[in-house]
Amino acid sequence: MENQSKPAVDQRYYELLEKLQMIDFALVELNLFLDTHPDDLKSIEQYNRLAQERIPIVREFQESYGPLMHFGHAYSKFPFEWPQAPWPWQV
Amino acid sequence: MWIYEKKLQYPVRVSKCDPYMARLLLEQYGGADGELAAALRYLNQRYTIPDKVIGILNDIGTEEFAHLEMIATMVYKLTKDATPDQLKAAGLADHYVNHDKALFYQNAAGVPWTASYIQAKGDPLADLYEDIAAEEKARATYQWLIDMTDDVDLQDGLKFLREREIVHSTRFREAVEIIKDDRGKKRFF
Ligand SMILES: [Fe+2]
Repeated sequence: MENQSKPAVDQRYYELLEKLQMIDFALVELNLFLDTHPDDLKSIEQYNRLAQERIPIVREFQESYGPLMHFGHAYSKFPFEWPQAPWPWQV
Repeated sequence: MWIYEKKLQYPVRVSKCDPYMARLLLEQYGGADGELAAALRYLNQRYTIPDKVIGILNDIGTEEFAHLEMIATMVYKLTKDATPDQLKAAGLADHYVNHDKALFYQNAAGVPWTASYIQAKGDPLADLYEDIAAEEKARATYQWLIDMTDDVDLQDGLKFLREREIVHSTRFREAVEIIKDDRGKKRFF
């Protein structure tokens, strides 16, 4: 079964995804570091800054390629976009 | 509660169909020091560890599921175009007759995953030392997996995972110090 409503993944899909993966990786790394260094103000500032920076990238990605998250953490167009391919292992 | 994000933590690319390498990668899927064991080990230990280190167990445990998904993606991509003959040649005939190309939680030798791979002693230091050892063993396994392939795309993903084990080990060592410091303080109260 093909999904008619979603454009096939293109070059921009990979570019935006990689941009987001880079920011989110830094956030994971900072999060783990802060779990054991909760008084490191510089890292907290960097964490908060990156948390801000990811918002427009997520918005741009989701506008073209559908929701990144389920359970109400992203809006949906019609028909419900969440169950549509591609899934991460398919790209 | 967990929320799924429809993306991999790091891009997974492979440059060829290679069911033999897929079979070896199962060590990190359903093996003793693999990602499933890691995720379940840390998330299970959270409940009985002191508050100061729950966060690191919670978050590393969560990241391990992202790594499990990366390994699954590698296995999937390395086998999706394989013919039954290719699977047979890779030593996966016994896997094929039982599972077709479905993934299964087993190690590279086909031994199913078991809960006895993970420990929960209830003693914070004993549990954290187990976690450090698990990370070091996973790091070593990733190095040996890297040595077993000439696929540079696959190596790139495996190197990312190897580096994560080093970071996790470091964070767990810090957690040990946090527990020790806390105990030292309590003694003087
Ligand atoms: Fe790890």
